[in-house]
Amino acid sequence: MTETRTMVLNMGPQHPSTHGVLRLVLELDGEVVVRCVPHIGYLHTGMEKIMEAKRYQQAITVTDRMDYLAPMSNNLAFVLSVERLLGVEATDRAQVIRVMMAELTRIKSHLVWLATHALDIGAMSVFLYCFRERERILDLYEMVSGQRMMSSYIRVGGLMADLPEGFERAVRDFLDEFPKRVDEYEDLLTQNKLWLQRTVGVGVLKREEAIALGVSGPALRATGVPWDIRKVWPYSGYDRFHFEISLGNNGDVYDRYRCRIFEMRQSAAIVRQCLDRMPKGPVNIADPKIVPPPKPLVRQSMEALIHHFLLYSQGFTVPPGEAYVPIESPKGEIGFYVVSDGSNTPYRVRVRPPSLLNLQALPRMVGGRMVADVVAVIGSIDIVLGEIDR
Amino acid sequence: MGVGGEEPRVVAKLRERFPDALQEVRAVRDDLTIVLSPAAIREACCFLRDDPELRYEFLSDLTRVDRLRLPEATPRFEVVYHLTSLRNSSRLRLKVRVPDGEAVDSVTAVWEGANWLEREVYDLMGIPFRDHPDLRRLVLPDDFEGHALRKDFPVTTEPRWWEEKGER
Amino acid sequence: MTEFLLLSLVKILVVFGLVLLTVAYLTWVERKLVGDFQVRWGPSRVGPFGLLQPIAHGIKLFFKEDLVPAGADRLLFRLAPVLSMVPALITFAVIPFGDTVRLFGRTVDLVITDVNIGLLYVLAVTSMGVYGIVLAGWASNSKYPLLGGLRSAAQMVSYEMALGLSVVGVVMLSQSLSLVDIVNAQAGTWFGVIPRWNVFAQPLGFGLFLVSANAELNRAPFDLPEAETELVAGFHTEYSSMKFAMFFMAEYANMITASAVATTLFLGGWRGPLLPPVVWFLLKVGAFLFLLIWLRATLPRFRYDQLMAFGWKVLLPLGLANVVVTAAVLLGR
Repeated sequence: MTETRTMVLNMGPQHPSTHGVLRLVLELDGEVVVRCVPHIGYLHTGMEKIMEAKRYQQAITVTDRMDYLAPMSNNLAFVLSVERLLGVEATDRAQVIRVMMAELTRIKSHLVWLATHALDIGAMSVFLYCFRERERILDLYEMVSGQRMMSSYIRVGGLMADLPEGFERAVRDFLDEFPKRVDEYEDLLTQNKLWLQRTVGVGVLKREEAIALGVSGPALRATGVPWDIRKVWPYSGYDRFHFEISLGNNGDVYDRYRCRIFEMRQSAAIVRQCLDRMPKGPVNIADPKIVPPPKPLVRQSMEALIHHFLLYSQGFTVPPGEAYVPIESPKGEIGFYVVSDGSNTPYRVRVRPPSLLNLQALPRMVGGRMVADVVAVIGSIDIVLGEIDR
Repeated sequence: MGVGGEEPRVVAKLRERFPDALQEVRAVRDDLTIVLSPAAIREACCFLRDDPELRYEFLSDLTRVDRLRLPEATPRFEVVYHLTSLRNSSRLRLKVRVPDGEAVDSVTAVWEGANWLEREVYDLMGIPFRDHPDLRRLVLPDDFEGHALRKDFPVTTEPRWWEEKGER
Repeated sequence: MTEFLLLSLVKILVVFGLVLLTVAYLTWVERKLVGDFQVRWGPSRVGPFGLLQPIAHGIKLFFKEDLVPAGADRLLFRLAPVLSMVPALITFAVIPFGDTVRLFGRTVDLVITDVNIGLLYVLAVTSMGVYGIVLAGWASNSKYPLLGGLRSAAQMVSYEMALGLSVVGVVMLSQSLSLVDIVNAQAGTWFGVIPRWNVFAQPLGFGLFLVSANAELNRAPFDLPEAETELVAGFHTEYSSMKFAMFFMAEYANMITASAVATTLFLGGWRGPLLPPVVWFLLKVGAFLFLLIWLRATLPRFRYDQLMAFGWKVLLPLGLANVVVTAAVLLGR
């Protein structure tokens, strides 16, 4: 008789399907995973610390780089916390635009998720189809903010700028086409026998486990918990829009897939509602201590010039206190716990990273399954290492 | 959230159960904050999670604030727990204040998800958690010296750790 | 005798050269086609329509550093690419490309050699290719290739059975193992319309052959030995330069082989109206290759255990049933 031994396989940090620099140490018995230990930190850049040294407006640029697939959601979460501290609320128009951009961001993030998830399972074409649509959203990003990825478009007190001319047309064109594209992805996957074999019953997370582990977002909803912060604690006027939240039953890879596909369709519907009821008016609050005055005014008014100078040299101060405003990002609950000491830089910024907590559930989901399932599960929890490591 | 005029239910219940543990209760801008004494934190968390009326069964976040440069600087550290009740759709912020070097009870036994969050705090703030099943650094290398999120961690010079490694 | 040897040599050289050229351009065709499926361009920069791309790739691979990982079994590591390349090429020896033609006043069969156990030869030689892959996985002394090698060993052995069974029906119908005889047995039509191809007489056999040949080729959705999103690159993770290229040439040569065998066994070989036989043969092979590429662009990948279950629990019983039914029909005639 020979003794059987397990093999330790180091998956990552350079591996095609660990979505960045995740490293998993897998203990394998044949191809079956006996133990899975994730190691993270390869992308740690000390973002929370960096933000302590940045003025509030500058810190927004750091949030872009956290979850780089959903920059506007991060902007929004941070800005909402700071606005809560300041005691200000954005104008109606700004709020609707924020919702619209947040939902476009959700579509964009989910597209990358679907693309890479399908690629991991071997459906290569879906990858390129999804990136084709994502490209259109990046174009929209560029229209509003001049940047395709690190947009920093949502600012304290409002937005970087109003929507440019032709933006509505461009979004409507996208929305007219998008549902057909989602049908296309679903044609390739939803009923595909191979896809079902690879996803149904794989990586099951039970409802209680998901709650105990702090799993949020689509991964939580796939287990059957109707928890969507847009509905529970509506921010930025989400209560004025009609949409349904996705819900699964089994908490497996397939349910997470269904949830996100459903969310993409719902998000498109929300964006359309935003366009239909876009209010007129300014996009920034009229507080020159927080929002720089319009450029023509700076040339005419001494006071405006001073405000402008102060804002760009010192920034604004925020009254002492603390705030945590969670929002529903594409990945799950994201919120910035901002502590202010009354100065012009945050005293402490803490991000509630949804990807980190979702990733923590990975060992639970892959134990006793095969290597191929590990890949499928990583894809299905939709992690972004930039946000996990920060 | 619902912080009404009278004392919120959760505060009353906590006061009844842990009469000596409540150090401070604040409700600012709809955020309810309760400061507890460190000794009671794990039991209080257990209570908050299991109480059939409250059901704070979801730990949103766990972090720590170094209060070194704040006006009120002692005890130096503040552990912050953000709890969520999925049933009541309510949020609660718990705090525990401890001086430097003192360990806090781990709540990993209460919420499994606290595992990595506590490891991250340990990694970046350098305060251990008692009875944590696997207290290792989370994001920084195991042999890194210092704790980056402390307020007295030098930000203008490169960490010595890199220089030493670089020479090799 | 000398004439026979010379003629064979010429045929070998021609076929060999053509196959290698086709291999190079099959990569181009595949990339162009997959590019079209996936709304992108495919090769378009090197030469007109990117036609020089395979050559550029060849040159690039020639000049790459040839690495052998520390701790690898050096002999086997070098042998493995050869072992997978050679069987892929020598299968062509028995495949008839067309009818006899008259060249320079002599009759030439468009087949290198007509062995009376041609089909057996094909099956035997192609199954040797698995050694190349298994040894590559083992000799690399690295974990991902090892997993890839293990997967391929299991996969190849399992699907070999199904592949073998799927062609038994054909052999029974044509009463011969010679590929030339099999093609000849498919001459004529039913009711003057439907050609007497085995694909119509043996539809199940053809389906089984298609699936198990795809699996033998390690092509998506059966590309588990190299599944790049799971095993980085599977058995050839550690290979570079021309050794790496040889695995790829073997894969593409095998695709052509499989298509040629499928054409011969099920699609009537070079038979067809109007056009010259060789053109018919190439058309059919091309169609089969297109099907393989199309599958790759569309389907997700199997999982290891599912693949095994599919092979043993679905394909094998179906193959046996096909043989039984065919036999019953033949007896009842």
